[in-house]
Amino acid sequence: MAVAFFYLFSTIIIASAFMVIVARNPVHSVLFLILAFVNGAGLFLLAGAEFLAMILIIVYVGAVAVLFLFVVMMLDVDFAELKQGFQKYLPVGAAVGIVVLAELGFVALGWQSAPSAHDAAAAPIVAGITNTAALGRVLYTKYFVFFQASALVLLTAMIGAIVLTLRHRPSIKRQNIAEQNARTRQNVIDIKKVPSRAGI
Amino acid sequence: MTIGLTHYLVVTAILFTLGVAGIILNRKNIIVILMSVELILLAVTINLVAFSNALGDLTGQAFALFVLTVAAAETAIGLAILVAYYRNRGTIAVEDINILKG
Repeated sequence: MAVAFFYLFSTIIIASAFMVIVARNPVHSVLFLILAFVNGAGLFLLAGAEFLAMILIIVYVGAVAVLFLFVVMMLDVDFAELKQGFQKYLPVGAAVGIVVLAELGFVALGWQSAPSAHDAAAAPIVAGITNTAALGRVLYTKYFVFFQASALVLLTAMIGAIVLTLRHRPSIKRQNIAEQNARTRQNVIDIKKVPSRAGI
Repeated sequence: MTIGLTHYLVVTAILFTLGVAGIILNRKNIIVILMSVELILLAVTINLVAFSNALGDLTGQAFALFVLTVAAAETAIGLAILVAYYRNRGTIAVEDINILKG
């Protein structure tokens, strides 16, 4: 059963990754990327990483892919023009792809595990507790500094994204609370004596 | 027949290669380049999880989490730069980004 699901997820993930790079419309590319992420979550489940599978669905499909979709739809770009160089770069891309695949294939099919690899495990998987609990135990003790550093990376990314995209347009009227609070009767009300039948 | 580490390695090798080829094939379209980088990072993450499963070591999953964090930050910053560039130039053709050339 697990073998059948592995081949199902693997086939779909490779097919959708192929469609991501060849699709004419970037919206289709994003949708195929979402399909690839969902099937990657399936592969995580098969490998016993339930927490990471859920994180992949929530963070990647729910946030990152939607951000991609948002940007693709927000920018009014002629995508047909951007697709121009595809034929020109096809030989180079195919050549580099074949070389990289050959190298990775030699590594993937010809590697050997060191006999002491199992004994060298830094954080062995403990039986009896859930994957999330086990991951939390490792993450908040052994890798606490890395955890804090990744939080810092996210904070920097958040501030950077806000700074890069926030802009103040002078034509938009905004509420200025300090100015509102500083108003007094003396400097906003002007009493005029209007002569009868003359107006101002 | 069971699923071994080699199966995962072959799948992620193909996924990684598709990501690298995508960067070269879509030289003009920076959105698809960012998506190809996401594919590469997904392949790396699946590799880490597969090794974690094969060796019985949770370190792989912890570092897969860190890789996902960095990938999310990279995507957010990349898309923010893209939006800022589009507001200034009205296009996202990456070939034209050579103003900073000294």
